[in-house]
Amino acid sequence: MSATTLTLRRFNAVDVILWLLRIGVLLIVVIGTLATLIKARYTIAQWLDFVMFGLTIGSIYAQIALGYTMVYGVLRLINFAHGDIVMTGAFAGYFAAAGFDRSGLLESRPVLAMAGILLVAVLTSTCIAVLTERIAYRPFRRVQGLAPLICAIGVSFFLEQTFRGLFGSSVKSYPDPSWLRAAFVVFGFRIPRVDVLVIGLALVFMALLYMVVQRTRMGTAMRAVAEDAEAAALMGIDVNRVIVFTFMLGGVMAGIAGVFYAFLYKQVYFFMGFTPGIKAFGAAVLGGIGSIPGAMLGGFFLGMVESVGPTLFLDGIGIPAPYQLRDLIAFTLLIMVLIFRPQGILGERMARKRA
Amino acid sequence: MPEPICCRPGSTPPPQRNRNVAGEPLLVTSKMSKRFGGLAALNDLDISVQADTIHSIIGPNGAGKTTAFNCVTQNLRPTSGQVWFRGERIDGLTPDRVAQAGISRTYQNIRLFRNITAIENLLVGMHLHLRSTWWGAVLASPHTRRDEARAHDEARQLLQFVGLRGRGDMLARNLAYGEQRRLEIGRALATKPKLLMLDEPTAGMNPHETSAMMEFIQQTRQQFGITIVLIEHQMRVVMSMSDKVTVLDHGSKIAEGRPAEVQADPAVIEAYLGVQKQVPSAAREHAAARMAASGAPG
Amino acid sequence: MPTSLAILPRRRQPATPLQRTLGVGLVFGVIGVYLAAVGLLPMLNKRSVIVDTIGLGDATMIAIGLGAGAMAARHAHTRGGATLHGLLAGAVAGAMAAALAVVMQLVSLQSIFIQLSPALFTMLTLGLGLAGGAAVLIGGGAAAGLAGALLRDSPPGGRRIVLAGLGTVVVAGVFQELIQLVLQNAGALTTSASEFFYTWEGLSQQGAAAIFVIAAIIAGLNAMVQRRAAGRVAASERRVRLRRLLRAGILLLLLVCFPLLAGSYIGQVLMLVGLYILMGMGLNLEVGLAGLLDLGFVAFFAVGAYTTALLTADSAHALAALSYWEAMPIAVLLSICVGVIFGIPVLGVRGDYLAVATMGLGEIVRVIVTSDFAAPLLGGAQGVLQIPKPRIGATVLATPVALFYLTLAASAVAAYVAWRLENSRLGRAWMALRDDEDVAQALGVNLIRSKLLAYGLGAAFAGLGGSIFAVMLSSVYPSSFQLLISINVLALIIVGGMGSLPGVVVGSLALIGLPELLREFGEYRYLFYGAVLVIMMRLKPEGLWPSEVRRRELHAGDEAEALDAGADLLPAGQHASSAAE
Ligand SMILES: Nc1ncnc2c1ncn2[C@@H]1O[C@H](COP(=O)(O)OP(=O)(O)OP(=O)(O)O)[C@@H](O)[C@H]1O
Ligand SMILES: [Mg+2]
Repeated sequence: MSATTLTLRRFNAVDVILWLLRIGVLLIVVIGTLATLIKARYTIAQWLDFVMFGLTIGSIYAQIALGYTMVYGVLRLINFAHGDIVMTGAFAGYFAAAGFDRSGLLESRPVLAMAGILLVAVLTSTCIAVLTERIAYRPFRRVQGLAPLICAIGVSFFLEQTFRGLFGSSVKSYPDPSWLRAAFVVFGFRIPRVDVLVIGLALVFMALLYMVVQRTRMGTAMRAVAEDAEAAALMGIDVNRVIVFTFMLGGVMAGIAGVFYAFLYKQVYFFMGFTPGIKAFGAAVLGGIGSIPGAMLGGFFLGMVESVGPTLFLDGIGIPAPYQLRDLIAFTLLIMVLIFRPQGILGERMARKRA
Repeated sequence: MPEPICCRPGSTPPPQRNRNVAGEPLLVTSKMSKRFGGLAALNDLDISVQADTIHSIIGPNGAGKTTAFNCVTQNLRPTSGQVWFRGERIDGLTPDRVAQAGISRTYQNIRLFRNITAIENLLVGMHLHLRSTWWGAVLASPHTRRDEARAHDEARQLLQFVGLRGRGDMLARNLAYGEQRRLEIGRALATKPKLLMLDEPTAGMNPHETSAMMEFIQQTRQQFGITIVLIEHQMRVVMSMSDKVTVLDHGSKIAEGRPAEVQADPAVIEAYLGVQKQVPSAAREHAAARMAASGAPG
Repeated sequence: MPTSLAILPRRRQPATPLQRTLGVGLVFGVIGVYLAAVGLLPMLNKRSVIVDTIGLGDATMIAIGLGAGAMAARHAHTRGGATLHGLLAGAVAGAMAAALAVVMQLVSLQSIFIQLSPALFTMLTLGLGLAGGAAVLIGGGAAAGLAGALLRDSPPGGRRIVLAGLGTVVVAGVFQELIQLVLQNAGALTTSASEFFYTWEGLSQQGAAAIFVIAAIIAGLNAMVQRRAAGRVAASERRVRLRRLLRAGILLLLLVCFPLLAGSYIGQVLMLVGLYILMGMGLNLEVGLAGLLDLGFVAFFAVGAYTTALLTADSAHALAALSYWEAMPIAVLLSICVGVIFGIPVLGVRGDYLAVATMGLGEIVRVIVTSDFAAPLLGGAQGVLQIPKPRIGATVLATPVALFYLTLAASAVAAYVAWRLENSRLGRAWMALRDDEDVAQALGVNLIRSKLLAYGLGAAFAGLGGSIFAVMLSSVYPSSFQLLISINVLALIIVGGMGSLPGVVVGSLALIGLPELLREFGEYRYLFYGAVLVIMMRLKPEGLWPSEVRRRELHAGDEAEALDAGADLLPAGQHASSAAE
């Protein structure tokens, strides 16, 4: 083999195509943004709406992403059913909310009612998360290859269809109490109360979770298992308990996120968990899977892109009804992240382990 | 070692001494570095491997030996520095092109294709040298059939060479440990490399097995006329087989030379025993004596 | 210091046999309550096993009792203990059902759990009211549990005979429409047989008894023959292979000839089965051989369908008025192109991430076909209508059966390709990268190229499937291209056995054909798919009809021992066994 043949072979078609892809997406984004801004069809208030919504939905994605990231950290498993755990929380919350609505509690004692709704949702989603771990995932602890993921897909399907069987396939509309409908007015801009509530509570709960993971014994053990399960076991940590605990934490966050998601979109149905689930997985990867701050950041980032992106990138290029392509943008982002930066933004550490 | 029947796999090229200008090294790394985040696993490493030699790389655990292998075969991209093989730069190529260029390797923790048979493992190793196309396979063209038949013949000969005659239809993961080691070497040989890189081929073996493996490696070299780079922990093996030894510690080369020279190098002894003050001198002397004892004369 | 962490493993008392039995009873009871609450039991009961006697739902309840008994009997040491444990477990399971009935009586939960209807209550209590019903449930559960325990402890010959009899009766009852249809069409003799076993609404009591006896006798004879055969030499390798081939041949023959006997409804069912066989063959190349878990399979299916539709349809969106045979290759080519364009960047993604990335592609395609953005081209939510059926010469392939043969022919091509590739250079490269991508690459396998070939071929067959799907429905709608399709195809190749060609056929029959035949099953089939994925992965990951490779994987252990005994080529050493794992 002569020197020339080898040098020629250095040319790599795949790299070129990847570069073209990057440049193409970048061009669309830049040109679209410029065009949209130049046309200036949207008012500041409208943009602010997009941003607010982005933060709100982003805070929900962040909470869901935490579940993916923690489970992936300890088990190296994509918990495909996590989106459906969110759905179970939303459903449970719905029945509580509907009950409170009928009894008038939802209007008269908002704080109490909200606490009750969240409690019911969290209990349900946590129980189901732990059950799925026990029944479906535990037998696959040491199994490599496709089997665990396929099993997780099965669990996801099973949960969805179970809820369809139990509660019917119709879309149920969430109660919409008056105190949520109002909006704050700041400097003449309307900021919906739901958004403030969702973002505020999400931040509180995520901060709590972070404390749990960083400060408690169980959290420490969890980080140890994520670092090296075998070594942790040798140090006397009960890995099984840690894993159950991880699923519990994920379930708690999923339950809360489910209720918020339902309050935001005002509806629940059995398939509702799928899309936010996948998107949140994308957020977790974006932030560096296994990293808790990463999942939060990734969630907010994804929410923003998804909310502002369609209008900002696509409206200028003259694409009709760009908001319909919201999911398109989210999934494109997901795929791009998986291709170009599977280790995520904050994920150096995990990337090494995967290698 | 029970004699494996010596055979030259059909189309093994003759030893290509003539292609290497005398003195020109086969493999050269120059200032090859690899960092993992903050950790410098390799530090400006210069190694040059002469053709037709056995070149050993030794060093304490975590010294960066395996990383050096990975950076040569491009399983990992070196952070900086260059890798030259037969006068051509190979860093930045994809691993399959490095294999094409003529480097093949084994792994510290055996990495066979566990769920396919032994013979299929060898056939995968021959991938580069088979000429059949997928549509040829679908249409069952005569050319493909000839190619396949030849491949199977060659694979069987190779199987015999590595002492696994009659075990070809077993799944790789069901082979005994020593057999897996040899099959992995066979698989590397199937790519018809100029340079064979062995990562601790005697790991986990008792003295008896180790001797057999050493003999097997020597035999491989004679049969195939290839150059071998060897990572080894067992001094006995290193000292008796190597033409040249490179010692790594913390990613840097701390000594290099003929086995006897290296053995006497104080830096090497220190690297193996840790920082001087922490080690009672008696223990150090004991270890040095052990190293000397295990080394082969000359 | 381990104690300071306090996350030590808890030491658990081992469960006593009694606790275990109670546990088994509870688990089976929960399964029963679950089936009732999701509405499966009442749904199943719409189909009778024996007319006016036992519905499929009742049979399921009995089966739960039997299962509980049999499971519980495992833990007992003595025969008497076994029956007692079985009885107890069955009773506990029955008590759970009774408890459900009590709860339903006390509070109306139907506003939340929509299936907990008065009809379910009547079904659970057999219309005997709460007290009577509860007594019957508990008693019946105990009896079933006892029977299960006895059955488990009976000698295998007897057990097999009883189970064969019961199983045949259930099958004969559940598929009565189909069987009657075939018997009626086959000839005068079978017609009278049909009249003996069946009333027009299903299996009659006398028919059931007769079928039980016949099946039991056959099973008994079969057992005898086998026992005698076992006494002789063990079947040789060639005999085994021959038998496998024979079985595959019979399966194929049935598939080819069956539609001629059955009516148009069966034709419809088979048409779908055929379509999924085709897609299964395609996905099998990707998942089974190359180990690429592709959840975006539906994307290429959609490309194939829309291309065919736009090129042939007689509607406003049509781009051309080609014949089907001209449009189909274009559809396939376009699918491959999309596959390659998407595959080149994405196939560098590894393992589980690839599954998510491909699923993202599937979702992107779905979003695009539903959006207003693409509506001028693809017809938006209304889809593309009036796609003509393909014709060969003067004959139009209009009937489902004709289209079924079309899918079958296409599947045969796919199967042939897979079969040829499996033992080729490319196939070995696929298997290698399925096992260890890095090592395969280090041996000179061009990863992107090999993966792209698997992905492209899979896309081609998905596109072909989509193309046939378009003419099957004569129209395409965006709502047809859900993730569900990808999951269905994945589920069927897993049930059949990854990498196994007959497995694809078996999987399609089981997952597509069966639920279509049990029309009441309706949406519950998806529940079934989810459960099947989990259960198969846990209990039988190699599938119902494992491929040769998987079979080898599973049985290689015995072979290894046999060979180890005679192998003395090199000293294996004491590390061998520990280090090899
Ligand atoms: N993929 C990786 N990511 C991060 N760090 C790594 C990676 N591979 C190796 N390292 C680190 O680089 C250093 C060198 O490792 P390497 O495996 O090369 O050592 P070695 O000399 O082969 O040791 P041994 O004798 O134990 O095989 C170690 O500290 C190791 O932890
Ligand atoms: Mg090493």
